[in-house]
Amino acid sequence: MKQPIYLDNNATTPLDPRVLEAMLPYFTEKFGNAASRNHAFGWVAEEGVDYAREQVAKLIGCTEKEVIFTSGATEADNLAIKGVFEMYKDKGNHIITAVTEHKAVLDTCKHLEKNGARVTYLGVKEDGLIDLAELEAAMTPETILVSIMYGNNEIGVIQPVKEISAIAHKHGALFMTDATQAVGKIPVDVNADGIDLMAFSAHKMYGPKGVGALYVRRKNPRVKVTSQMDGGGHERGMRSGTLNVPGIVGLGKACELCRLEMESEAIRLSGLRDKLESTLNQMEESYVNGNTQHRLPHVANISFKYVEGEGLMMAMSDLAVSSGSACTSASLEPSYVLKSLGLSDDLAHSSIRYGLGRFTTEEEIDQAIAVTQKAVNHLRELSPLWEMFKEGIDLSKIEWAEH
Amino acid sequence: MAYSEKVIDHYNNPRNVGTLNKDSKFVGTGLVGAPECGDVMRLQIEVGEDNVITDAKFKTFGCGSAIASSSLATEWLKGKTIDEALSIDNMDIVEELALPPVKIHCSVLAEDAIKSAINDYRVKNGLEAIVLEKSHH
Repeated sequence: MKQPIYLDNNATTPLDPRVLEAMLPYFTEKFGNAASRNHAFGWVAEEGVDYAREQVAKLIGCTEKEVIFTSGATEADNLAIKGVFEMYKDKGNHIITAVTEHKAVLDTCKHLEKNGARVTYLGVKEDGLIDLAELEAAMTPETILVSIMYGNNEIGVIQPVKEISAIAHKHGALFMTDATQAVGKIPVDVNADGIDLMAFSAHKMYGPKGVGALYVRRKNPRVKVTSQMDGGGHERGMRSGTLNVPGIVGLGKACELCRLEMESEAIRLSGLRDKLESTLNQMEESYVNGNTQHRLPHVANISFKYVEGEGLMMAMSDLAVSSGSACTSASLEPSYVLKSLGLSDDLAHSSIRYGLGRFTTEEEIDQAIAVTQKAVNHLRELSPLWEMFKEGIDLSKIEWAEH
Repeated sequence: MAYSEKVIDHYNNPRNVGTLNKDSKFVGTGLVGAPECGDVMRLQIEVGEDNVITDAKFKTFGCGSAIASSSLATEWLKGKTIDEALSIDNMDIVEELALPPVKIHCSVLAEDAIKSAINDYRVKNGLEAIVLEKSHH
């Protein structure tokens, strides 16, 4: 079977062969437990981890001691938010986040609400950005944490983190960001951005699955989180569990490659993305979702009105993409991110996300354009809504039998 | 999720796509579903002598299973009498297309579209609309 063209790099990225090469010895001859202090096997593993910690720290502009390795961004989000809530509950119980956050943040906040937290979920503007005045107004003396993602996984918009952290700090709260989609793709500097805690993952930047990290600030202010995993006291007591040495080495190498290649790669990818997006946007009744100025270089999210996203993906079986359509989930609810931009349900159902990556070629983008155009036209021929639109019927005036 | 071969076949080669004259008294039109829900089916039948369905056409906005369900429905409708058509059950469609549980609503929608088209035809021709069970959704 011919492999489809992979344009779902926001879901996961392929492992870079250079990362794999760095990891391999740590599965076999360098198999030691990094916590074994009394023999060479342990020292070699620890050296690998230390080096990886340096590579990670260099990418985000922090010190090695501020990097806590986890099983991924979901665990890092949980550790940050639950850990801060437990550590600082004497100071207050209020957390501010946004409706477009990843479920790892939203569901963690929901969990804390059952344990006495008060959570404010900020809405977003049409372009997906939060309103800074609204954030400012939501701050209270009880606010201990503001958690706003760096770049959105569905539409790619980049929140004004520097301004957000300034507001949080002005009111004495910590600023946490889920930067899973941003780290390695655009310059992220925890000091310049005023970040106190930051979650990210290896497998979104050409590293392996099952490993990620939480940045925890150690100076100005010194941030503490209550551990969520008890045991041997690894990672400065914040995250017990034998270190996933090959994974951590892979994360380190992935960070190094991103740091060295990010600048040229971002230019290349945004060029390809713009070509894809502007060509497809020339089609009748197609809409680009989210802010197009402040966003990640590799994401395009487009709605093709009057065709349904899952049906569209089926017609584009040569492309591996993702859709905000309800039909891809069991809930029959379309993407909550797109709906929070004020998109109508039918446009949310009609959306396709293209996520470009390091191994995406211009030839693939040209093919993706042709495949999409053909599929959209085919499905519109089948679509009663398209026919009605063409006849000038106002679809909003029809009484639909909701089911 | 993997689609069954029959769904893929109907999806790639949909039968009876098109539009009949909705103003003709021999034509019944059913329009069911809602854009907000991600599925809209329009199914039309043309009825000849002895209440036999001589033609059926569809257009569907929806996922592959919704398109396949309506395509299959038009295939089944042609040549049937209206009474026979009324006996088509959504579970027949589920079985024929091997739809997974999460896609059963597509077959329900197709059954609704058939009944709605028949009612449109009946009302146009001075007959009473058949009361539809609201058994699903």
